Amino acid sequence: MSNRLNLVPSGTHELVMTRVFDAPRHLVFEALTVPALVKRWMQGPEGWVLAVCQIDLRVGGALRYEWRHEDGRTMGMSGTYLAIDAPAGLTHSERFDEDWTAGEVVNNSALDELGGRTTLTSTLRYASPEARDMVLGSNMEAGVAASYARLDALLEEIAREAAR
Amino acid sequence: MEPDGYSSERLDAVFTALADPTRRAILARLARGEASVAELAAPFAMSQPAISKHLKVLERAGLVSAAVDAQRRPRRIEGAPLAEAVGWLERYREIWERNYERLDALLEEMKALETQARKGKPQ
Repeated sequence: MSNRLNLVPSGTHELVMTRVFDAPRHLVFEALTVPALVKRWMQGPEGWVLAVCQIDLRVGGALRYEWRHEDGRTMGMSGTYLAIDAPAGLTHSERFDEDWTAGEVVNNSALDELGGRTTLTSTLRYASPEARDMVLGSNMEAGVAASYARLDALLEEIAREAAR
Repeated sequence: MEPDGYSSERLDAVFTALADPTRRAILARLARGEASVAELAAPFAMSQPAISKHLKVLERAGLVSAAVDAQRRPRRIEGAPLAEAVGWLERYREIWERNYERLDALLEEMKALETQARKGKPQ
């Protein structure tokens, strides 16, 4: 469980995701930036595949991702690379075709290697506090109904944190 | 639960409230049962006014409520706002957990290939 994903809102604009991988960071960096490799893992929700992945890995270069659902729906995202520091990290902007994030999101990935393991920290910065909250709201409805089992899980997490 | 009661302002207040370790610890304490401000302050080595300030943030977010009638006004945890926030986070987390599990498998393959390539090269 030590490789568990940690996902927290940060401040008013950001979401921060942290995950440890059992691999040196040059490999993680490759898996994040080589289209054939990205396609293998970044599939999104159940039923979707990353059908198109174009990456022009230089500052100012474009990226284009398109996901396809087995029922025919598609979802696309475009962006631009803003900073590249292989294999320590990179920053790109991204925006979905439907703009459901209300403006561009700036996505910073930082890779820290320790003893052959890599911590990937992804910081997603939304255009405004409202934009971040709207993203939260738009995805939330499905979660509202279930709730109490999940609440238990969070409380356990809070309790563990309190015990530390 | 009242899905219509959701507002992005409240959600923001929830996340702001949860961003602080002392406030998460207060919630953890209240999850075990209601407590007065004095009782909450005791384990934290903080003054009651400092704890009250944190409680105000938690109350504004709807995460904690105070009993109005009782003299010691014990605070209690309110589940619904937390559950709303957690519902979304859990769903997002699940998507990325699955993505990253696939990435784990891919990295294992890449490591094996790299080792093979290194062995194949003449020293």
